[in-house]
Amino acid sequence: MKTKSFILLAFCFLPVALFILPSAMVSAQQPTPSDDEVNAIARQLFCPICQNIPLDVCPTQACHDWRELIRQMLANGKTPDEIKQYFVDHYGARVLAEPPQTGLNWLVYVVPPVAFLIGVFLLFQAYRAWKRMPKGPDSKGAGEPAPDQSDEYVSRFEEELRKRN
Amino acid sequence: MLAQFGFGVLVLTFLLALFSTGAAISGYFFKSDRWVESSRRALQLTFLLISLSALTLIYMLATGHYEVEYVYSVSSLNMPLYLKITALWGGQAGSLILWSWLMSAFATAVTMRKWERDREFLPWVVAVTAITLAFFLSLSIFFDNPFTRLWQTISGQVSPSMFAPAGSTLYVPSDGQGLNEFLRHPGMIFHPPMLYLGFVGFVIPYAFGIAALVTGRTDDRWIRITRRWTLVAWLFLSIGLVLGMRWAYDVLGWGGYWSWDPVEIAALMPWLAGTPFLHSVIIQEKRGMLKQWNMLLIILTYSLVIFGTFLTRSGVLSSVHAFSESAFSPIFFIFIGLTFAISIGLLIYRWGDLRAEGEMKSLLSREALFLLNNLLFFGILIVCFWGVVFPLISEVVTGQQLTVGPPFYLRATGPLWAALLALMGIAPLSAWGYSTLKTIGRAAWKPSIPTLLVTVVLYVSNVRNWIALLGFTLVSWVIFITLYEFWRGARSRQKVQGENFFTAISKLTVRNRRRYGGYIIHLAMVSMALGILGINLYQTQTQQTLAVGQEIQISGYTLRYDSLAQFPYVDGRQVTRAVLSVFKGGELLGELHPRYDVYPDGVSMTIPGIRSTMADDLYVVLVNWENVSVEQTPFKVYHNPLVNWLWIGSAIFVLGYLVAAWPEKEEILSEK
Amino acid sequence: MAQNLTNPPAVPKRGAPLWVQILVWIGLLALLILLGLGLFRAQHPIMSIGSKVPDFTLTLFDGYPYQGANQVNLVDLRGKVVVVNFWASWCVTCADESPVMQGAWSYYQPSGKVIFLGVDYTDVDAKALQFLTRFNITYPNGPDLGTRITPIFNRNIAMPETYIVDQQGILRAEQIGPFQSLADIRSAIDPLLIGR
Repeated sequence: MKTKSFILLAFCFLPVALFILPSAMVSAQQPTPSDDEVNAIARQLFCPICQNIPLDVCPTQACHDWRELIRQMLANGKTPDEIKQYFVDHYGARVLAEPPQTGLNWLVYVVPPVAFLIGVFLLFQAYRAWKRMPKGPDSKGAGEPAPDQSDEYVSRFEEELRKRN
Repeated sequence: MLAQFGFGVLVLTFLLALFSTGAAISGYFFKSDRWVESSRRALQLTFLLISLSALTLIYMLATGHYEVEYVYSVSSLNMPLYLKITALWGGQAGSLILWSWLMSAFATAVTMRKWERDREFLPWVVAVTAITLAFFLSLSIFFDNPFTRLWQTISGQVSPSMFAPAGSTLYVPSDGQGLNEFLRHPGMIFHPPMLYLGFVGFVIPYAFGIAALVTGRTDDRWIRITRRWTLVAWLFLSIGLVLGMRWAYDVLGWGGYWSWDPVEIAALMPWLAGTPFLHSVIIQEKRGMLKQWNMLLIILTYSLVIFGTFLTRSGVLSSVHAFSESAFSPIFFIFIGLTFAISIGLLIYRWGDLRAEGEMKSLLSREALFLLNNLLFFGILIVCFWGVVFPLISEVVTGQQLTVGPPFYLRATGPLWAALLALMGIAPLSAWGYSTLKTIGRAAWKPSIPTLLVTVVLYVSNVRNWIALLGFTLVSWVIFITLYEFWRGARSRQKVQGENFFTAISKLTVRNRRRYGGYIIHLAMVSMALGILGINLYQTQTQQTLAVGQEIQISGYTLRYDSLAQFPYVDGRQVTRAVLSVFKGGELLGELHPRYDVYPDGVSMTIPGIRSTMADDLYVVLVNWENVSVEQTPFKVYHNPLVNWLWIGSAIFVLGYLVAAWPEKEEILSEK
Repeated sequence: MAQNLTNPPAVPKRGAPLWVQILVWIGLLALLILLGLGLFRAQHPIMSIGSKVPDFTLTLFDGYPYQGANQVNLVDLRGKVVVVNFWASWCVTCADESPVMQGAWSYYQPSGKVIFLGVDYTDVDAKALQFLTRFNITYPNGPDLGTRITPIFNRNIAMPETYIVDQQGILRAEQIGPFQSLADIRSAIDPLLIGR
């Protein structure tokens, strides 16, 4: 009898204990991170399954789960970099807004400046080649003076002559 | 019946385009004027035929012929008539028809000009435009036919086909699926046609360029002829891009206008090649230089148009925007390969003939600065191209999927855009042939003073972000220099002609349309830059869940959540609409009504409530991807400073364009 | 416009420099090859029936081990039929399929000749474990870390998908979409067990 009532009592208290315990645990954590804090990190990530949609505005259930995951990780004191690394480890490098600077990916960062420098180089080559060219009958010697009214008409007149030539 | 008619006429158009190409080329090699004339007439006839075909499709869309698969997929009974018509470009098959229709229109227009002075160009212009037309028609006919109809077998299975499969009967649905809700915005109605007009328009200068290469007439005649076409194409392409941005801002609900998505970039790249082309043809006309470069630019523009179209439709790239994969990619691929190879081959063949005639003496002369302009645009183009292609390389070589997103593009192109801004300031002050720091300095020092004042004022007002400081300084510099140019020119006129100031300005502008119209366009560009700087650097956002009566504070504004209503709308959608009151400094400024609509087919669209002023936009969305109830309503608010200068700038752009490109009597004469 | 005729040209008319030409043609070729490969990949499935499945390592959830270990390599499973099932907690039809899968596992587990592997595609671990508990799944299950396993089978996966690999590591059957019943699963697996 006594054992039975004891067990019954324990069963009654169990749900109460279950209610109390989690709240005690929660109060030991930090306050729930706000949407803005979550979005500040989500904005730097892309949805792992949709294409080219940032995580903070992605409307799917899966993205909702991922934002909640970020919230949870923030509440547990993880830093933004740790959270991003977690996402990369779990979902692959495509969740990042730019390729991580590893392996072959350095190419993506190196090619544009190199191409630009090549362009500058070619530009100077062309400029030097033009400078070396002899003066032809078409090339202008002195440049136009600043757009003064009378000169403008004269130079326009010369232009028209050239065009109709 | 109608569908078969439409398809039949389409096939005829295709055959005619092929004939036109063949006749033109034969006419050139056999030196037969008759063949060339025949090819010209054939090209004109294609316009008639494809108009018939396109109009048939439009008619079927408008009257609800849902047994036609395309009509079923993009039209429905409850759509207003104008939407049923614009549904022509609501899906891939129809948009390809639109492409071909516009291509044919432009090709026909070009055949109708006076050709006496340029007979040798004609066969090649016809051939290039006709083969491009034929290519796009082939896509419609063989791979994505808008005229296929739905057939049902005895077992009940429904499948699309052009001709009746054995044992099937025509299946006529009572209603269609309707146009994708995202496409029902005015921006989306005009954005595709404008873009296509731009793309198609650039085919004409390209055709003339090829004609010039083949025939050896590599002087600037081809540029003179196509100047007008280039301008028109560039106008439409620019407008098309801006419309896309506005649509994204209004409809996609994430408070931005450009996400550096591969499909967006695919449409931007032809513009990045076309804009320097527009500029450097002026140099070729004035100084006989940059011939090789201009030829390369127009080849690049055309190639990027085809390449961009391929990228967005082939399934090679995944994107939110992309059309679904299609089977026509192999033929597209072959066409790209051939056109690239032939164009480059011709360019290399004629490289020597394209030598410059003038010399460039000074690094700061106007032609040198135009060259710098080209380099900068080309730099941006390389960044965009590489960013789009690199994920593909990564996936093919290492199997790893990557994202190249906004941080990459902004960081790589930011300095280049800034340099272009600075160039817009310097170039008007530089003279053709010769300029030094001294001459430019003399012209620039006056407008630089108020500019410096602006910088100081900004700094003192706590603007410390160096990018913002630099950006706003450059923007004001260009504005002051440009206004100074107007003022200077008007004052000179006043001194001589004795006109009042406003007459002076208008006469000045009218007599120098290209220069002063160009200045207005530059003002438009810096206005857009102002908007872009504001929203990119100073956007703030917040997401909060509110109960009725609660408030959100953002950037000095207070938004109070007043009410939420849910109701059905006439076309079957369920609307959820919130009302918020906007306060600033305690004063009520107005109400905002963000809402989201859930359509019968399950698609939901979120429409922001936007309050726009010259200074900023207050932009609110109902976060409908989280739970929405009256007690817990999630809102996302964006504060976008200066963003409306982006749209204002595009209006100024059109104004400047009209001034710059309005035909003058002398120009018409010289063109002919 | 008149060409420059009066002065003898100091710079002779020449074509583009050879190195530029070579570079341009190589660049064009590289681009076309890249596009071609990209196209090929987009249009052809990466794995087809009859091809050998490359090895992969599946890290398993706590509580869902394989032979006591929390990792399993495909190559170690040679000699058994491997049923690889891709799922996610946010996938509605996966929920429908799960009881069928678990039922099939209960049927085949005693024989020791078939092994079921559950691969959780881009999911949140806590939710995944909730899902597995909810459907009483007992076969080895793990997340597709770094999304490395899914691209082996399908670049554009739509959950759920199941791939059946035979005892030699060859792909023998694929099911796009949920299995509706034990009979369907059996009709895919049993032929592979004949004679063994």
